[in-house]
This record gives sequence, C-alpha cells and structure tokens, in this order.
Amino acid sequence: MRTAFIRTLVELAAQDERVNLVVGDLGFGVVEAFANQFPKRFVNAGVAEQNMTAIAAGMALSGKIVFTYSIANFPTLRCFEQIRNDVCYHNANVIVASVGGGLAYGALGMTHHATEDIAVMRALPNITVVAPGDPLEAELATRALVAQPGPAYLRLGRSGEPLVHRQSPASATPPGYGSCRDFQLGQAIQLANGDDLTLIATGTMLHTAVAVGERLCETGIHARVLSMHTIKPLDVAAVLAAARETRAIVTLEEHSITGGLGSAVAEVLAESAVEKVPFKRLGLPSQFTSLVGSQEYLKQAYSLTVDGILASITELLNRRDPAPLEFTRTRAFAQPFHD
Amino acid sequence: MQPANSGLQNGRDLKDLAQSIRIHTLRMIHSAKSSHAGSCLSMADLLAVLYGRALRVDPSRPDWPDRDRFVLSKGHAAAALYAVLAEKGFFPKSWLRTFYQNGSRLAGHITHGVPGVEVSTGSLGHGLPLACGMALAAKRDESAYRVFALLSDGECDEGSTWEAMLFAGHHRLDNLIVIIDYNKIQSIGRVEEVLDLEPFAAKWAACRWSVREIDGHDLSELESALSSVPFTRGMPSCLIAHTVKGKGVSYMEDKLLWHYRSPSEDDLRLAFGELGESL
Repeated sequence: MRTAFIRTLVELAAQDERVNLVVGDLGFGVVEAFANQFPKRFVNAGVAEQNMTAIAAGMALSGKIVFTYSIANFPTLRCFEQIRNDVCYHNANVIVASVGGGLAYGALGMTHHATEDIAVMRALPNITVVAPGDPLEAELATRALVAQPGPAYLRLGRSGEPLVHRQSPASATPPGYGSCRDFQLGQAIQLANGDDLTLIATGTMLHTAVAVGERLCETGIHARVLSMHTIKPLDVAAVLAAARETRAIVTLEEHSITGGLGSAVAEVLAESAVEKVPFKRLGLPSQFTSLVGSQEYLKQAYSLTVDGILASITELLNRRDPAPLEFTRTRAFAQPFHD
Repeated sequence: MQPANSGLQNGRDLKDLAQSIRIHTLRMIHSAKSSHAGSCLSMADLLAVLYGRALRVDPSRPDWPDRDRFVLSKGHAAAALYAVLAEKGFFPKSWLRTFYQNGSRLAGHITHGVPGVEVSTGSLGHGLPLACGMALAAKRDESAYRVFALLSDGECDEGSTWEAMLFAGHHRLDNLIVIIDYNKIQSIGRVEEVLDLEPFAAKWAACRWSVREIDGHDLSELESALSSVPFTRGMPSCLIAHTVKGKGVSYMEDKLLWHYRSPSEDDLRLAFGELGESL
C-alpha cells in the first residue's frame, strides 16, 4: 500500500507543484522516489513529529499541499495537538499519512501498533479520515485527498496487501454505490451484495471481509460487503441501507473496537429510526497485548482471521431469533413437565 | 503598503504607539476581567517597533501574499496584539471593546480570522514550528517576505520549540526572526527557579542562530536591531529582548501576580495615571 501511495504521490507532484512531502526521518526505501525527483518539495524534519506537523501547517498556510509521513502512531498521537490546533483549526491542506495502521508492525511490539489512531483522528473537526482497503484504494484515496482541500488522515497498511478490487469493478457495482473507478471520499464501495447480513470493513480488513463473504456464500448466507474506506465523513446512507435491507451488520477493523469504524457505525444505528438489527463490532479489544508475534499471528489471537470472524458471525446470527418466538418455543417444550 | 521606514524618525511615534498598546490592553483586560496584563505590557514596546517599523504589512490588504508574517506564539498576550492591529487600522478600534466577550471575534488567546492575525496560538510551543514552515515555504518559493515570531520565555520549555530551533538552524532560514520576550517570569514562578534557560543566548547560538541580546524597552535599540535582520546571512536571527513583566505600570512590574489578576477600576485609574491617560 505504501508503494502505491508513494508512486501516486510522485505522479501527483509532477502535475501539481503545490504538492510537498515532509517526513519524520522514516520511509527508508520508500520516500526516496519523491525526494530524488522533487528535492525542493521534500523535507526530512528529523525525529521530531511535532515540528514536522507544524512545519507542514506553516507551509500549507503559505499555499502548499503538504503530506506528513511516518509510521504507526508517530505522525498522529505524538503530535496530536499540532494536528488539532495547527492543521485542523486552520483548515490547512495537510494530509497526515501513516504507514503500518493496525498490527502491521506486529512483532515490533505495542509501541508500534496503531490501534487507536482512527478513534483519535476522527474526533477532530475538519478532518477527513481514510483507511484504504487495498493498493488501488490507496492510490485513489491519495488522488482524492490532493484534489480535496482541507486536513486529512490517510491510514495506510504496510506492504504486500493483496489487490481486492479488480481494476474497474464499476460494472459489478449497482448504481448508488461508489465504484472503485469513480472513488469518492465518504462513499462506501460495495464489493458483494446480499441480504442476510452486511460486512462493513475498513483498511486492511477488506480482503478478509471479502473472503468471509465468499465462505458465507458457500453455506448459503448472502453477505453484502462494503469497503468503508472513509471513516469520516462516514457514509451514513450506506449504513442505514444495510440496516434496512439486510438482517445484521458486522464491522471489521484492525483497530480497537473503542472509537473506530465500529463505534462510528454504532453511532449512526443508535440514532437512526431504522428498526434495530443485530450488530457486532469486530476488531481489537481495548487492551494492550502481552503477545509477541507477526501481524497474522496477532490477528489470529484476536479472531480477526476468516475462521475467527465466521465464528463470531455464526454466534451473532444464532442470537438473531426474536425473543418472543424463543419464549413460545421454550414454553411449548416446557409444558409436559408441568402436567 | 506601509513603508518600512514610515513615521517620525525621532521615535516619538513609536513611543505613542507603545503607549496606546498599553492603554488599550489594560482597558480591555479590565473590562473583560481577563488576565495576562503583565505578559502584554512586557511586549508592548516590541509590538510598537514591529508594527511601527519592521513589518512590511498592509492593513488594507491583510492577505497580501508578499507581506511579512508575524506569528504571536505567546497567544495569551492576545490583547496587546489586537490593540496594535486596531491602532494600525487592520480593524476598527471599536472591536477592542468586545475582547473576551460573548459573541466577540477577539478571543482571549490570539485567533485567526481576525484581520492581521496569521495563526491561532494559545497552547505554547506552537508558534516557532509554524513560523519555520512559513519561512521554509518562502525560501523555496523564492519569496522575499520574512517571518517574525514572538515567543515567551516560558514556552522555551516546550520540546517543540527546541525541535524548531534545530530545524531553522539546520535549514539556514535567514528569513526567520525570533524575538523572545524574556521577562523572566513564567506561569507560576520565576524562570530561573522553574526551569532555568541560561545560558540562553548560547543555547540558540549552539543551534546555529545568530543571536543578539537587547533591552526590550529601548525603542531605538529595538528599531536598530530589527532593521538589520538577518543578523548574519544564512542564519536565522534570534533577538533576546530583556524585558520587565508588567512594564510601564509600577505596581505590576516584575510581579507574577499580574500574570493572573485583572485590574480593578482603582487599579486601572492608578495605572492610567502613571501612563498619563485619563480613564
């Protein structure tokens, strides 16, 4: 995903001389493509994220479009107040890009797990929060964020994420939903349709969500699969349509279930007039892991694998029977004992 | 635009401007029952020379692209900046009466959206990094404008200020001028007791800044220093202005209390008496 990002950024910088990149002394083997081609639009601020972010804001207030770049929590949490006061309050054209969202830096340990970043960033006014689901979405999100004025947070995976979208899935997409070809910030992309339940995934969980949908299909359960690449502003219409048209909703994120995509969807559902649907947030518990291991190892530990998610879905669907029916049935069986 | 050398050359205009800033500021803080009088008074002379001489700004075109940028990093001293901006005609003086009031445009910490205000600050340690970004942009665009940032001594405790000090020196931002209102009193104590900055000038110099120390209330010294920036070509300039907190009002001078206390009507009468102004 980071490769798609930097390739796109170099391309955009060639077209638009306002595009600048400020890094926090990270990006070895990644950012050189930009730095070599546009030395006067590249800055390594050093290991100094607060300064990196404020410099970006100062440059943006001088007419530039500035990307900050670092990994994990460094460009978000370390300099949160610079993002809030300097970037968001001034509505500056700064796009905070972070590589390694979620557990991508698995065995490096807790300090390198970006697991609350979406929650924290989405709490800020003026910001657009995007977590692309595959390299193609990363490319399209980068383009869209350069075209759109104002602050943004671009949460990228690391490298080697599978391509989920075919290059032009527009034909497979019913009208009313964003296709990848006409990627719109704030508009979910539907990758599969069904009315038994909706899987809403963001970021690196997208390919898992598609695989889960396929496995469910084999058992006769038809899932709608949405890529919710933009967490803020959330595609409220897509969430409400899912609540109306399908019988359950499950959110999937490589992030704490506190404050992220699941919370954002829950907020919409809780305040809507749509009849309550069974709902489950799948992600990371709000706790620091004591486990050491790769991204895949940790995802397995937290049941964020295809099998783990299928088990959670089965559990959710099994508590779908309306309570009154359950009660009647129990009484019917219970009757003989009373006689 | 306002030419850099406008005004009366004997400095009378600067004295008057500094006086007006002090009067407006005290009246505003009194009416608003707000605070930071001492922080405003210590930098009144700095603002007078900046807006009376040094800054190339145009009150009729606050967004003029080639204007010098002024970043007030010690955003709590907002009243004094609003005062000088009103005096220079960026907005009507009548706005000053609304300072800190419900529905006003003039918040207790400096806020953008007010003509002449570049950026909002208030949380300390934000101004110098922002100014670095502006100065870097000017360099890379080959624009001639300069960036002036006015810092408090207290905010030199902030790590972000040090990050920016290193950055500006490394990038040879000689279009960046920092002025430090070194009044020696920070939020709840004297600088030397809370977190001593000395040897202060040596620290800036070590980060490759060209440093001068000055009496921050000597208008002609200030004028001379600010008209000779950059002090050294290829280096950012740091002007350490030795000031007195609460300068101009005897009972406020060098007193921590006036970081917080709002002058009562009696206090104000006394202050105005000293400043030769009637209530």
